Amino acid sequence: MLPARFEYHRPETLDEAIGLLKEHGDDAKVLAGGMSFIPLMKLRFAQPGHVVDVNRISELNGISESDGWLRVKAVTRHNEIHASDLINSRYPAMGAAAPQIADPIVRNLGTIAGSLAHGDPAGDWGSVMLALGGQVVARRSSGERVIPVEELFVSNFATTLEPDELITEVQVPNPEPRSGGAYLKLERKVGDFATVGVAVQLTLDDGHVKSAGIGLTAVGPTNIKAREAEARLAGSEPTDDVIAEAAGLAAQAAQPMSDLRGSADYKQHVVEVFVRRGVARALEIAKGA
Amino acid sequence: MQITVTINGQERTADVEPRLLLVHLIREVFGLTGTHVGCDTTHCGACTVLLDGLPVKSCTMFGVQADGRSVTTVEGLQTNGQLHPIQAAFKEEHGLQCGFCTSGMMLTGAALLEHNASPSDEEVRWAISGNICRCTGYMNIVKAIQAAGHSMAEEPAGAQA
Repeated sequence: MLPARFEYHRPETLDEAIGLLKEHGDDAKVLAGGMSFIPLMKLRFAQPGHVVDVNRISELNGISESDGWLRVKAVTRHNEIHASDLINSRYPAMGAAAPQIADPIVRNLGTIAGSLAHGDPAGDWGSVMLALGGQVVARRSSGERVIPVEELFVSNFATTLEPDELITEVQVPNPEPRSGGAYLKLERKVGDFATVGVAVQLTLDDGHVKSAGIGLTAVGPTNIKAREAEARLAGSEPTDDVIAEAAGLAAQAAQPMSDLRGSADYKQHVVEVFVRRGVARALEIAKGA
Repeated sequence: MQITVTINGQERTADVEPRLLLVHLIREVFGLTGTHVGCDTTHCGACTVLLDGLPVKSCTMFGVQADGRSVTTVEGLQTNGQLHPIQAAFKEEHGLQCGFCTSGMMLTGAALLEHNASPSDEEVRWAISGNICRCTGYMNIVKAIQAAGHSMAEEPAGAQA
């Protein structure tokens, strides 16, 4: 399949990329890993006049922690996140999600910011970031702003990013002591979109849950933050009953559609089961942390 | 757009449209037809090549993105007519049936062995989970990749490509 014609730009600096996005506005699209974007171009759902390839901008690569935040630069690949000791030891929900995205070859190219900017409700990073309280740094020629991931998704494939904005970094708050997280995903086979995915992040305090984050994948028009379920856990002792109630609330927050991957009822049930398992896993990690 | 790609160790230049996919650059411009087009949707892995040593699906990348970089295709596995251990092992262990997925399987397998010389069954299956064999001949593919690992470990370092 041949995409429509476009002009190709390969900036080597962030400023150059931002300048190109300013110049071409709506007619430009950013090419990072391309794992969703190129298929869309091949299907001609996307026909930008200008493609700005950001893969050679070295400023957009790397994983580090500073000033209370984990900072994952935009063009960091899923496999780089999977291989990061820092992420696996401190951000277990991210460490669990990375190797469940697509397949190992796709993960060599696909990027965290590309996934978030794509705004696919079946994307895994969106739920993980909702659970972790993550945010993205978006830059354009007039300046930079921080968008909490809670405010990033509008609807299917629609985000609050402006056409000339580029995500430069994904930020996640450093975990407090006694924190844990998990990501569970049901897929029919490797590489398929999620039937259901659930991200959980918890912090414990004296046997009580101090804070909880829960994000849901592929069960609504965007990744969903299960706020009532989070609120049920926060401040409570995480007994089986409390966890079950929270799982029920998360299932109610899900708005799945019946499709070839399963009925809406089935998916809601999977959300409930995955929240229970995810909370149990997160607690196990938090108790050991 | 004028691009230069090091393909199987050889520098090649071409003047291509940016929308030309890497797999078509390899097959139609460079004439290397060992790289196959299977699903054309990033699922099957038949078009897998190594980009600077890392497996990528060449149906989901533009040729211009390979400008200045190094690409290895199945044709680049052999050295001076000597089969790469992974090729020898696929032959020996009957690691192919129709052969359509084979070039992708071998390149993914070779990349795995670069950092894990004796992978377990599970590690091999995990590594090739983005490569589909529609003959479902996975048993022998796994065996072949492991056998290649053994033979590479036995040979003195630097004896293979």
